[in-house]
Amino acid sequence: MDLILETLGLAASAELLSLNPPGWGGNLLRGLANSLQIAFGAFGFGLLIGLFGASGKLYGGVVIRDLLAIYTTVIRAVPELVLILILYYVGTDLINKASQMLGYGRVEISGVVAGIWVLGIVQGAYATEVLRGAIKAVPQGQIEAARAFGMPPFMLMRRVTIPAMMSYATPGLANLWLIATKDTALLAIVGFSELTLETRQAAASTRAYFTFFLAAGALYLIVTLFSGAVFARIEKWARRGQPSLRGAHK
Amino acid sequence: MAMSEPAASDTQSDGDDAEAIRVEDLHKSFGSLEVLKGVSLTAHKGDVVAIIGGSGSGKSTFLRCINFLETPSSGRIVVNGEEIQMRADGSPVNRRQIERVRTRLGMVFQAFNLWTHRTLLENVIEVPVHVLKVPKDRAIKRAKELLERVGLGDRGDTFPSFLSGGQQQRAAIARALAVDPSVMLFDEPTSALDPELVGEVLTVIRDLAAEGRTMLLVTHEMKFAREVATHVVYLFEGRIEEQGPPAELFGNPKSARLKQFLKTVG
Repeated sequence: MDLILETLGLAASAELLSLNPPGWGGNLLRGLANSLQIAFGAFGFGLLIGLFGASGKLYGGVVIRDLLAIYTTVIRAVPELVLILILYYVGTDLINKASQMLGYGRVEISGVVAGIWVLGIVQGAYATEVLRGAIKAVPQGQIEAARAFGMPPFMLMRRVTIPAMMSYATPGLANLWLIATKDTALLAIVGFSELTLETRQAAASTRAYFTFFLAAGALYLIVTLFSGAVFARIEKWARRGQPSLRGAHK
Repeated sequence: MAMSEPAASDTQSDGDDAEAIRVEDLHKSFGSLEVLKGVSLTAHKGDVVAIIGGSGSGKSTFLRCINFLETPSSGRIVVNGEEIQMRADGSPVNRRQIERVRTRLGMVFQAFNLWTHRTLLENVIEVPVHVLKVPKDRAIKRAKELLERVGLGDRGDTFPSFLSGGQQQRAAIARALAVDPSVMLFDEPTSALDPELVGEVLTVIRDLAAEGRTMLLVTHEMKFAREVATHVVYLFEGRIEEQGPPAELFGNPKSARLKQFLKTVG
């Protein structure tokens, strides 16, 4: 192994990427773990917002529909980098002001929680639209049948609407998940040590920019490939009971 | 009755001529369009009431108002002696009451409306298990009997999309039977089927009529209505134009509109 790396002239890079200090590989992996943690949290939080948002837009009253329209429009209109700066600084500031007013003094807000909160709100706006479209694609008759047999609204959502819309929602949600993994890189701007910031620090300290950014790129690619495989399984499950579309257009 | 366990709601009305459904002066408007202009109808236990009429006569709307899939504008609806409480504008006072009443009304739709992400067996046990809280093993046992009965005993694990319309509709009838309904509502059950598949569905419905199930049946199949119904109602523009026993209504129609209607549908 060492010999191969030596002949390829990669021995120095391998040393830099080593998991143990003085190698920086461990830092990169810690950054990746932070990124994934935030992406996971933000995606889940966004999904939750999206579910309520979509239900509100479809079935809510005028006030709720208008509020949600403002939410999705504003969030989707403003660049994410700007939103992150606004939500992060405004959010932490508001929490601190509130805690000071209640007499608790300043609170230290964890980067992970702030990241999940900020990206989750962004994700929620997109998820609202993805899920709204998916719910609208569910044949009305299936929802009507559930009502006709006396299903209460919440059970109907859980037992019929959500499972039936999953096959329409999965491709859009897979997109959102991949966007979430990469949006974590934007959190570098508020000093959160996710993969991109760790990479930049490692590169700056060692001057081996190419090595580290290539390594980070590879890590993002692995995450994407793995996610693709997972979502393919989810989609297959969500489409159970539907004939395959393959060959339908031949 | 072939039912092994009588529905709980049957206990309050044991007599054969006990009232199953009473509808009084039902009105329904969509915006400024009045679709039902005061329809009254009483079905006793064991009655098979066929509701016929041209397109736009309000027959489907009438059926859908009974279980509040459409909210009536005004009127009274009594199911098994329980009156559905309505506000002045026809909207239900109590959502839970509507849900409870709905579980006693097994509905069969024109477009089947099976849940496509569930197998036939899962479709049939869905309401018993989750709405009526029947133990799962008992619901499965019953569902298998019902699927057997509609000729789909070997298709329990199949998803609806892989079946013909006739098979899907028979499964939908099994799903409706699974709640042991006191009244079954059929909304044009054969209108979406290819002609060669109509017969198999009518056979199942005919069997149900023969065993004394109470049914309201909106249909275009005149021959079938004449054969199975105990009472026929002809709707015209939101009103009952004529009603009576099938032999009389089909054999000797009095209203000119009904005569015309019967001539056009053959």
